[in-house]
Amino acid sequence: MDGIHGSETEKQLEMVSDQLRLANAGLSDGDKAYFCDVRPHRVEPYKGIMETFANWARSQSLWILGFGTGCGAIELRPLMTSRFDMYRYGIQARPTPRQSCVFIIGGYASVKTLKRIVRSYEQMQGPKFVLALGSCTINGGMYWDSYNTINRIDHYIPVDVYIAGCMPRPEALLGGFLRLKQMIREGKCEGMNRYVDDFDWYKANQKQIIHDWNMPDYNW
Amino acid sequence: MTIQDRDTTMQEKSKSFREAVPEGFVNVPAAEAVEYITRLRDIEGYTHLVFLTAIDYIEDSLFRLTYMLHNYFKGLDLGVQVDIARESAGMESIHHLWPHAATYQRELKEMFGIDFPGSPGVDDSFILEGWMEIPPMRREFDTKAYSEQTYFPRPGRSSHDTTEYMKEKLYPSEAETW
Repeated sequence: MDGIHGSETEKQLEMVSDQLRLANAGLSDGDKAYFCDVRPHRVEPYKGIMETFANWARSQSLWILGFGTGCGAIELRPLMTSRFDMYRYGIQARPTPRQSCVFIIGGYASVKTLKRIVRSYEQMQGPKFVLALGSCTINGGMYWDSYNTINRIDHYIPVDVYIAGCMPRPEALLGGFLRLKQMIREGKCEGMNRYVDDFDWYKANQKQIIHDWNMPDYNW
Repeated sequence: MTIQDRDTTMQEKSKSFREAVPEGFVNVPAAEAVEYITRLRDIEGYTHLVFLTAIDYIEDSLFRLTYMLHNYFKGLDLGVQVDIARESAGMESIHHLWPHAATYQRELKEMFGIDFPGSPGVDDSFILEGWMEIPPMRREFDTKAYSEQTYFPRPGRSSHDTTEYMKEKLYPSEAETW
């Protein structure tokens, strides 16, 4: 692919490149043409009652990305069952990032998983929220000195609500969801915009530990 | 036949099997190991490779590979231990005996740096992607120091001596009797 498109693509990229474009240095020159190099941008809230109404609606329909990133994902299964029944709160699981608005980090995240977490998080469409489940997401938990698990998930993606415990029970998880809904209604869940504002800081942290960066700098 | 009778019979049976075929662990020189394992598989009936793992004996500067084999016909396990030098560690591959051994060997290459020439995909990354340090399961690798300088530790974590802490916090009245 490089041989065919290389020099031509390079010229095209030079023509459009400026400060606002992403370098996408992890991609080969031939692949760069297939990926978007636009930086993410802020999404400002509506004015007044429109935003209040939108936030109420958002809080009533939380769709989870069904991606169990660690052992804590085992606590998501009981939520579906009749005993805890998350559907009564308007919460349900979705199979792809494009369809979901809540990402639950299920406990420890290895470097290999973190790469997929970043990729999935960026692919989710806004407004999007992150629930960090378990001690491992807060300070590394029992894996705090492991060579392969990160300590603080909030250095890599913005987190809205932490649920402490190892594991937290489904009741705690539901408590976290209710807290998240309350925060959404109050307009406090601006994680997506925080990610945009501190984009360079988040990217630097991610790239510091993900050494084989072979994806675009922002996964649109 | 009562349960006790049946247990006794089973024990006697397994005892006679044990006398016939070695069970437990045998230590084999590296040069003869693959030949020995082939014999166990084809003639003695140890047809299942349960796992292949390594232990780092850094004091003796050797890795001890353990090939755990299982005999379905007689219900026996046998661990074949092979000591190899720690410096430029390498071992003959057994992927021609069990194809799934290639996965274990790939893992050992990544985690301990033990090379298995000829094993399929042995140089591909297994769990670690883009790892740049020495293999992390080698005991000279300081995992705590690596974690602290890499993964942004959250300040405020402290540790206690378990016994002292329990005396102090949980059982202050009983602490004197300990």
